Amino acid sequence: MKSKGAIFLAIVVVAFMSACGGGSGDKEKKGKFAPPPKAKPMTYEEAQADWKNQKGRGPITKVELGELDAEMAKKGEDIYVLKCTACHAPDKEKLGPAPTGIFERRTPEWIMNMILNPEEMAMKDPIGRGLLMKYNTVMANQGLTEDDARAVLEYFRTL
Amino acid sequence: MRSTTFIFALLITASLFIYSGCGNGNSTGGAMSHSSAAEKVYVAPGEYDQYYEFFSGGFSGQVTVHGLPSGRLLKTIPVFSVDGEKGYGFNEETKPMLMTTYGFVPWDDSHHPKLSQTEGVHDGNFLFINANNTPRIARIDLTTFETTEIIEIPNSGGSHASPYPTQNTEYLVAATRFSVPIPQKDVPIDSYKENFKGTFTFISGGQEPGEMDIAFQILAPGYDYDLAHCGKGVSHGWTFFTSYNVEQANTLKEKNASQYDKDYIAAVNWKKAEEYIAQGKFKEWPSEYYHNYYSDKTHTGTSTKMKGVKVLIPSECPGLVYYLPTPKSPHGVDVSPTGEYIVGNGKLSADLTVHSFEKMLAAIEAKKFDDEIDGIPVLNYDAVHVGTVEMGGLGPLHTEFDGRGHGYTSFFISSEVVKWSLETFEVVDRIPAYYSIGHLSIPGGGSMKPWENGKYLIAMNKITKDRYLPTGPELAHSAQLYDISGDKMELLLDFPTMGEPHYAQGILASKIMDKQVKFFRLEENEHKYKALTEADTKVVRKGKEVHIYGTMIRSHFAPDNIEGIKVGDKVFWHITNLEQDWDVPHGLAVMGANNAELLIMPGQTETLVWEPKAEGVYPFYCTDFCSALHQEMQGYIRVSAENANTKMKWRLGDEAFGE
Repeated sequence: MKSKGAIFLAIVVVAFMSACGGGSGDKEKKGKFAPPPKAKPMTYEEAQADWKNQKGRGPITKVELGELDAEMAKKGEDIYVLKCTACHAPDKEKLGPAPTGIFERRTPEWIMNMILNPEEMAMKDPIGRGLLMKYNTVMANQGLTEDDARAVLEYFRTL
Repeated sequence: MRSTTFIFALLITASLFIYSGCGNGNSTGGAMSHSSAAEKVYVAPGEYDQYYEFFSGGFSGQVTVHGLPSGRLLKTIPVFSVDGEKGYGFNEETKPMLMTTYGFVPWDDSHHPKLSQTEGVHDGNFLFINANNTPRIARIDLTTFETTEIIEIPNSGGSHASPYPTQNTEYLVAATRFSVPIPQKDVPIDSYKENFKGTFTFISGGQEPGEMDIAFQILAPGYDYDLAHCGKGVSHGWTFFTSYNVEQANTLKEKNASQYDKDYIAAVNWKKAEEYIAQGKFKEWPSEYYHNYYSDKTHTGTSTKMKGVKVLIPSECPGLVYYLPTPKSPHGVDVSPTGEYIVGNGKLSADLTVHSFEKMLAAIEAKKFDDEIDGIPVLNYDAVHVGTVEMGGLGPLHTEFDGRGHGYTSFFISSEVVKWSLETFEVVDRIPAYYSIGHLSIPGGGSMKPWENGKYLIAMNKITKDRYLPTGPELAHSAQLYDISGDKMELLLDFPTMGEPHYAQGILASKIMDKQVKFFRLEENEHKYKALTEADTKVVRKGKEVHIYGTMIRSHFAPDNIEGIKVGDKVFWHITNLEQDWDVPHGLAVMGANNAELLIMPGQTETLVWEPKAEGVYPFYCTDFCSALHQEMQGYIRVSAENANTKMKWRLGDEAFGE
């Protein structure tokens, strides 16, 4: 009898506990479903090998490069000199990589997303993450507008 | 069996424990109200407060910004006192802000933060605050939360009744709390009655940054002018100042300035003053005062010594000033939201005296004068008095209003907030304050339109005692937040403040938050010693002065190695923060500097002066943790003997320059 009573009280206690918070109940529910298999994130090397398809993360999904726009490129150079040269020399590695030859390793979309959205690129983009590991620092967001970044891209085409 | 019994007992205990811990639903009323008060002030992590509340720092000289209803401290804005944390008053750019006719004044006592107004409502453009000791008014720009302008008030001693703007911020006002010889002269102190005078000052340019100026001053009898409020609505065009010490005591004022039954509220018709100024009926006095202005383009303050003020003499300007007799050394004078009632808080009394603006105009019209003092008519008390709020409390100081027809008065001696009806002048509720409340603040409660019809009230208390964990002899002054939206006031929260939270004003966050400057654009930087790119960095010697044109960005200085400095040099570190992102300030600390750090906002240039005393190589570094490589953001500066021939050289990495 007594042992039955113990079981009864134990049920009461459990009932109160679950009524009280509900936290443990939720956990149990979650436990019933296995998490969906996560896709293994791309490594830097894999992404680099596939760079022509890497657009990065950010506001830019498509860039059309037409004839070189010299006026836009000049504007881009001015912006680059003012906002970027503390860390990037045009033709040699300073604190970050040089933009000369960048179109042989990055898409225009990736470049603009890196300029406009450097924090997320460093955390989530496989190439961005690889660069963070290499250069030890998240690139500063220098507050460029999309037009500014497009002009800087045009300047990079002249290098 | 025994073990089963034991399990039983354990389970019963556990179930009871869990049951009672299950919520406050069945607990005492006290616990209920704690939980409901907690809910009302809880701002979840990552969420925002509903109000900005600007507190004066009192004898800290600064302004602190808290969020309401949480009470969280958001920022300290240096205003009248130097602040090593921000380099304010230490760097070359902000030193001019603290210039006065007495020279550089590194401290003051800040009292009344007042928001700018348009049509009697807080517009969220600027905050003004007065310095009590060396009389001044400062402007804080509410897009940057920086002090951008300070004007000195001449012919004043202790500027307490200030800045109290008019309905459209046409003027800010000031009055002398301590009468002094005006103009100043060397006289015996006991010639007070003969030589000491008061002034009322009107300052123009409140809505125009950089344009604050002394519009005119009015010479008044030598009383102590304590507080002010400008008329609004029906009383727009008038300003009211309280006085005490009409006894004109100059010693043991505690007793001798409290002899008479009544003192005066001065009613100043400033529209009439404008007419007299336009007619040229003023005296031009050669008084000097400083005007200091800080530009967010040059990132530099400039001091200008001004000379000459226009002074109006009441005996020569009829209709300019009237006195309203008011019992018991009135402290605060507060004007109801419509502008009709002028409330005198007689601090040595139990009661509040309410005058009617309409009755005042009628009494002036009918010339119901009992006396005249230095050309100022004293109006008949019964002709202006409309009601007395009999409180049964002690020591009323200040009154603010909700938008629902109530006044709320702080009682210092009996330490309570008393709510009363503007219709019946009867007390409808009261609640204790912990302890010795001075000012109180209802966001918008001094304007024509209290926000949300008066939802919160903040008590600013002079005494803390046992409210917090004890911290030695000195305790943070305490503030309390009350919910006043219902019939009964409810205490929600205690929170500590900085210095003396003398007064505070609050504004809905939505009026300010969206126009915040996040960084200064490099393209717009007009600082004389800016370096906008690393290619512009250089070190220039001019005799014994050395000017470093430097930059900083995550995470290096340019240049970061400097040689050729000599003992006896005066080194100017002009450093530009090249970041163009929100919340990325960098600091500069130089070993042995006799001033402070620089804390430079993105896009800003600031200058630290450093005078090395001995040969050696000294590190300098960034103080504000800026990136994963913050610890590496450091450089060296070499100091040679005065007569050494060390060449001037500077470098960053492979880029080296020099003589």
